[in-house]
Amino acid sequence: MAVAASTSTPQRVIVPKAKWRPLENERNLAWLLLLPTMVLLGLFIAYPFMRGLLLSVTDTRVGVPGEFVGLDNFRRLASDPIFHAVVWNTCWYTFVTTIFKLGLGLWLALLLNRSFRFKAFTRAFILLPFIIPTVLSTFAWKWMFDPTFSVLNWMLYQTGLIRGAINWLGDGDLAMLSIIIVNIWRGVPFFAISLLAGLQTISPDLNEAAAIDGARPWQRFWYITWPLLLPVTMVVMLFSVIQTFADFQIVYVMTGGGPANATHLFATYAYQLGVGTGLLSQGAAVSLAMFPILLLIVIIQLLYIRRVEVR
Amino acid sequence: MATVSIRGVHKRYDDFHAVKGVSLEIKDKEFVVLVGPSGCGKTTTLRMVAGLETITEGTILIGDTVVNELPPMDRDIAMVFQNYALYPHMSVYDNMAFGLKMRKFDKAEIKRRVSEAADILGIKDHLHRKPRQLSGGQRQRVALGRAIVRNPQVFLFDEPLSNLDAKLRVQMRVELKKLHQRLGTTAVYVTHDQVEAMTLGDRVVVMKDGLIQQVGEPLELYNHPANKYVGGFIGSPAMNFADVTIAQNGSGLVASNSAMNIGVPEHLAAPLGPHVGRPATFGIRPEDLRLADGSEPAHHTFEAVVEVAEQLGSEILLDVSCGPSSMVASVDPTVRVKPGEKIRLAFNPHRAHFFDGKTEMAVRG
Repeated sequence: MAVAASTSTPQRVIVPKAKWRPLENERNLAWLLLLPTMVLLGLFIAYPFMRGLLLSVTDTRVGVPGEFVGLDNFRRLASDPIFHAVVWNTCWYTFVTTIFKLGLGLWLALLLNRSFRFKAFTRAFILLPFIIPTVLSTFAWKWMFDPTFSVLNWMLYQTGLIRGAINWLGDGDLAMLSIIIVNIWRGVPFFAISLLAGLQTISPDLNEAAAIDGARPWQRFWYITWPLLLPVTMVVMLFSVIQTFADFQIVYVMTGGGPANATHLFATYAYQLGVGTGLLSQGAAVSLAMFPILLLIVIIQLLYIRRVEVR
Repeated sequence: MATVSIRGVHKRYDDFHAVKGVSLEIKDKEFVVLVGPSGCGKTTTLRMVAGLETITEGTILIGDTVVNELPPMDRDIAMVFQNYALYPHMSVYDNMAFGLKMRKFDKAEIKRRVSEAADILGIKDHLHRKPRQLSGGQRQRVALGRAIVRNPQVFLFDEPLSNLDAKLRVQMRVELKKLHQRLGTTAVYVTHDQVEAMTLGDRVVVMKDGLIQQVGEPLELYNHPANKYVGGFIGSPAMNFADVTIAQNGSGLVASNSAMNIGVPEHLAAPLGPHVGRPATFGIRPEDLRLADGSEPAHHTFEAVVEVAEQLGSEILLDVSCGPSSMVASVDPTVRVKPGEKIRLAFNPHRAHFFDGKTEMAVRG
């Protein structure tokens, strides 16, 4: 009876009041966390890209809202000799600088990977060209290449290598050479430091094992270090090629694309057409022309990286 | 196959004297193990033999050749590294063939040697795989394979088993021993594991602080440690030590401290004579202790308090305290004792060790 009595007393079950907690839902939380990135990407990447795409199929000029003209702008580019030169310049500029940046960067990385006094200091020092704002350092270079005040000419003259002043930025080929030199100077630290990081992931035991196995230093590099560094090298190359292909600052400051359009790259030509001349739609078309080429390079490299990493 | 002579070898780094005059003659076909705690200079010594470290002072000979200035590749040695150091981007076959390729062997010969080694090591089915697709034990075999295909004069092993789990380590230890018996190549083996040293070595070199403490066959080290350090290092569980003072007692000697008063065994009485009145260390291995049953003379026993009894099945390890010293006794598994219980332990007088209190050198009968 007592049991029955106790069970008959009404038990109060405490049911917490369902509160509105939207962030406990993983879907909502995921959207919330993605939102800042999406806003940033949308604002600074997607919108300008779409805007450029739309501009390029109109005949918009500064102050003149254009009308849809289809692929006219691209057709015009196809028969524009300056644009042809731009394509060639950009490919050549990217090709030459990448080869040298890779070669010099790798060499520097191998040196920095050794043990020596002031190692940490030197490693930090190496990064300087990369840290200094490009426009600033490029102005310094511009002075060094100046035909009248050029320290380069002075040195070459004093050592008896030349008789007269070389007009570095006044001659088409020399101007190209000059911007290539500056780009290499600026890009080598990035290669060196990235490759150095890659080198440090390779166990020194492997080199020692190879040394005992009878591999000479260059064989150790070729059979052990290089293949193991390849994935890092490919990623660094990918970054560098994209950056170099779309380079603007060095050329704009050094030559402005001159002399006689000899050093124009995609970005500088697009800027000159779009902003300098006010032909916004044609400028947009030039910069968009970069896109398929870059896409192709990126796809090839990404496929290659995947293959290397799977090995 | 060859001898290895290490003569008065020193290694100094900027502010660190890693190896302080090591001399060792390794006979042809001998398996010598360097053992000691980390930082004792054993690996540095091995790396100097390999040519991976320069020799600050002294000479190393392989066969009759002074190799001080020879690069590793010209020393005709093979080395097995602790982390195997397999080339991760090469197949097992290429890993093993690499040394032969570098030495310009022809393809047929390389193939013959690699498959022979793969046969011996039981990795024939994995030749096309990459190292990361292999288990730890298999990687270890590949590393061994890479060493044996070259048929070098000397094998160098740098803690090759320490990355394996305990069970595999025991298995590979046996296989290494078999491999050595089969190939007969002179081997220098570095480890910090005294069990590995005892089981593998024809001779064992105990090192500490850059100095050789003792060189000898495993049982010699176990039975006659040259000093307190070797006594404590070789054997598991480790030798027990008690600080005592030696005193004259009638015709014999006694060793005593606050908790024990034991008679010095007769064969040690004479050599311990000069130590009367001075401190010494009494050493006794756990396996040389047992529960006293009254059959032994009272001066070969001492009293102790049980702290922990560890049941191992085949034996019981009693952790006991005996005045200031803690000791371990390995006793019969049938013994039943409780923590806190007072017991009497008897030691085997023929296996008692005494060490000088100051120099820690063994006092030998």
